[in-house]
Amino acid sequence: MVKITFVDAAGQSRTVDAEEGSTVMEAAIRNDVPGIEAECGGACACATCHVYVDDAFMEKLPKAEPMEEDMLDFAYDVRPTSRLSCQIRVSAAIDGLVVHTPEQQG
Amino acid sequence: MTDIIKTDAVIVGAGPVGLFAVFELGLLDIKAHLIDILPKPGGQCAELYPEKPIYDIPAFPMVTGQGLVDNLMKQIEPFNPQFHYNEMVDSLEVLGTPQAPLFRLKTAGGDVFECKVVLIAAGGGSFQPKKPPVAGIEEFESKSVFYAVRKMETFRGKRVLIVGGGDSALDWTLNLAPIAERVTLMHRRDDFRAAPHSVNAMRELVAAGKMDLVIGQMTGLKGADGELSAVSVKGSDGAAFDIACDRMMPFFGLTMKLGPIADWGLNLHENLVPVDTEKFETNVPGVFAVGDINTYPGKLKLILSGFHEVALAAQKANRYIYPDKKVVFQYTTSSSSLQKKLGVA
Ligand SMILES: Cc1cc2nc3c(=O)[nH]c(=O)nc-3n(C[C@H](O)[C@H](O)[C@H](O)COP(=O)(O)OP(=O)(O)OC[C@H]3O[C@@H](n4cnc5c(N)ncnc54)[C@H](O)[C@@H]3O)c2cc1C
Ligand code: FES
Repeated sequence: MVKITFVDAAGQSRTVDAEEGSTVMEAAIRNDVPGIEAECGGACACATCHVYVDDAFMEKLPKAEPMEEDMLDFAYDVRPTSRLSCQIRVSAAIDGLVVHTPEQQG
Repeated sequence: MTDIIKTDAVIVGAGPVGLFAVFELGLLDIKAHLIDILPKPGGQCAELYPEKPIYDIPAFPMVTGQGLVDNLMKQIEPFNPQFHYNEMVDSLEVLGTPQAPLFRLKTAGGDVFECKVVLIAAGGGSFQPKKPPVAGIEEFESKSVFYAVRKMETFRGKRVLIVGGGDSALDWTLNLAPIAERVTLMHRRDDFRAAPHSVNAMRELVAAGKMDLVIGQMTGLKGADGELSAVSVKGSDGAAFDIACDRMMPFFGLTMKLGPIADWGLNLHENLVPVDTEKFETNVPGVFAVGDINTYPGKLKLILSGFHEVALAAQKANRYIYPDKKVVFQYTTSSSSLQKKLGVA
């Protein structure tokens, strides 16, 4: 199991266990983490699973695919650290990942 | 415009479930008109995931969203359904009685339909433009902020800011550049989803000094009495500045909203329409709800469930429309009368 921490817009943090091979979005939904809606269920088709990746982890994540970049156009307040959490695969390499959920999704 | 369109059934929503309803109604000789706010059939499948694979349509090991829609269109062709696109169904009025239902539907564009049964196949609701998250935008909407262009002339001589990076944003940039005093296109990154030829055309206009391209995001609106004077922007380098403009058009894609259906006198449960599981009828006799829009114990929002629902709803619709007709159960494989309707016998 890999630990992932979600920090909401008000600063409250929640740490959950995520299975390797699943996605960061799935970890949030399975653990009822607020601030992630994931309307399309992870098909990279809704941009309601938007997160800001903590600076310390930006380097460790593979870069967003063009499809994810395109979908990020529909998210609100997109920043250089913005990602769609359904497109981030959970692996041992990102154990301890910290992501911030935005004030508003879609 | 004011001619009333009279038909057996009106289907609200041309998603996969609304499309298959045409088939099930058609086998029972029930003629249908479909109305959708989108410019094309297919609902979520066509709008949200046309190229993505679906694996759980029976007998299709894999089909794409658009592939499914194309096949449904082919399958319902023999029944000659009438499509009304770019139209929002605004109101539903009950004219008849529970035993002999009759309804009048009106669209936002002024079309009027009269029919004996209504199938609401509205899915997650009507597709509507997403609003940018800036405070006070409502004050400017339809005065100086527009999500669609109704008349190009209203942009003549104006300073127009278009926001977005997809085909709508690029198409309107190119269309309005010759008419407007100045067009500025703003996008969050210097990379566009839109078709490459329109991106190239846009870059040529920028190079020729005929329009402006700004990389940044909107942070606020300035103006008074609904008239915009400038849009505040955070540039890609973090710097804040204003873009002076009289008109702004944000293109941030579409989102699904229940919309006018909430006011049609139907019972609602968390924005869904409760139905029974025998006929998929709502609390208003003659009005059915099928597909993602309905709810009942055990409901699954799957295309396959929607297909089943329309088959049963059509049986009850048949009894309203042809009360005296004897109901006989038939297979398409073996019934010559069904095959005649399908144009294969
Ligand atoms: C990314 C993604 C992947 C999916 N994958 C699968 C899958 O693998 N298998 C599966 O079974 N399902 C899948 N689904 C779900 C499936 O797409 C839906 O169950 C299906 O689209 C529902 O069909 P529908 O016809 O009920 O509604 P929709 O497809 O939502 O269509 C409803 C239509 O009604 C229109 N409408 C609504 N109100 C009005 C109004 N007042 N006036 C005019 N028009 C109106 C809308 O504009 C829309 O076009 C997926 C969904 C998504 C988003
Ligand atoms: S869940 Fe829809 S884009 Fe990630």
